[in-house]
Amino acid sequence: MRLDSTDKQLINLYQRDLPVCERPYLEMSRQLGISEGEVIDRLQTLQSRQVVSRVGPVFEHRRAGASLLAAVAAPEEQIDLVAARINRAPGVNHNYAREHTYNLWFVMTAPDEDTLDERLDELEHQLRLPMLRLPMVEGYHIDLGFDIDWEALS
Amino acid sequence: MNTSMDYLAVVPRLPDQGRISAWGLLRLRQRLEQGLPLTARPWQTLAEQTGLTEQEVLTAVDHWQAQGLIKRLGLVVKHRTLGYTANAMVVWNVPDRWVSSVGEAIAGAPFVTLCYQRPRRLPDWPYNLFCMIHGVDRHRVLSQLDDLITDKHLETFPHAVLFSTKAYRQRGARYVSPD
Repeated sequence: MRLDSTDKQLINLYQRDLPVCERPYLEMSRQLGISEGEVIDRLQTLQSRQVVSRVGPVFEHRRAGASLLAAVAAPEEQIDLVAARINRAPGVNHNYAREHTYNLWFVMTAPDEDTLDERLDELEHQLRLPMLRLPMVEGYHIDLGFDIDWEALS
Repeated sequence: MNTSMDYLAVVPRLPDQGRISAWGLLRLRQRLEQGLPLTARPWQTLAEQTGLTEQEVLTAVDHWQAQGLIKRLGLVVKHRTLGYTANAMVVWNVPDRWVSSVGEAIAGAPFVTLCYQRPRRLPDWPYNLFCMIHGVDRHRVLSQLDDLITDKHLETFPHAVLFSTKAYRQRGARYVSPD
């Protein structure tokens, strides 16, 4: 994925602390030395190229609602099928295959704990596979975005 | 199924909410989960979409940031597209009395993107500390992990490395928005 230095600077500077004011892209444009319209165009392009998924607030999930990491051990030959069933369940926002007996790992969210438990019970029943439910006990990492190592990527 | 009424409970009232509509705040939270509009006045756009005023939207967002409901406001990068194709979940079995201090030590490494304590599920799952390492290739991730083990003195804790082989879904959380 080729990005020019302005794109890289945009990503380096604005994974956090996006200005909260009437015209945030104007303020960003002054910092970057380009026009407000160009900031918006670049963000649109980065989104359409899937480099940036959104310009977002990232919600603190323990305050925003309920969420839980879960895993199932799917038979290898059925893994795509099981993954598709998991994706059809409400509230699934991450779902990865990983190299382990527990080979499908997903995060489910819901507005509250009861709804989350009901959804997980329903899914476990549908899949007929035992499910590891691994709620967060404590978080040690403060999400400040991720310093991109452009050199390692080039 | 939930009625949308249940979702109101997850939108905390603002301290001086006054006449700001609770429904408007709910709609604002739903819209914000999709990301900020790319318009010259994105908060005004959100105001039009939610029936609030631009000032009310800004007040709510300031408050949600201050109270920690919004933990970060900015670009959400898709590491995989950029070339961070190796993603390892590294899990550790650390005695409970040490897990917090080991967790904080691991979280301090620059290439660690997440670090959480989670319950063990014995006998199947003995691991209680999870961290994520995003890297450009497997080799590099494994050498970062070696450095981490040496630097933080983690040699005695059993661990497993679960590389991801496929992303079936990766998107922002939608707590209050319909799927």
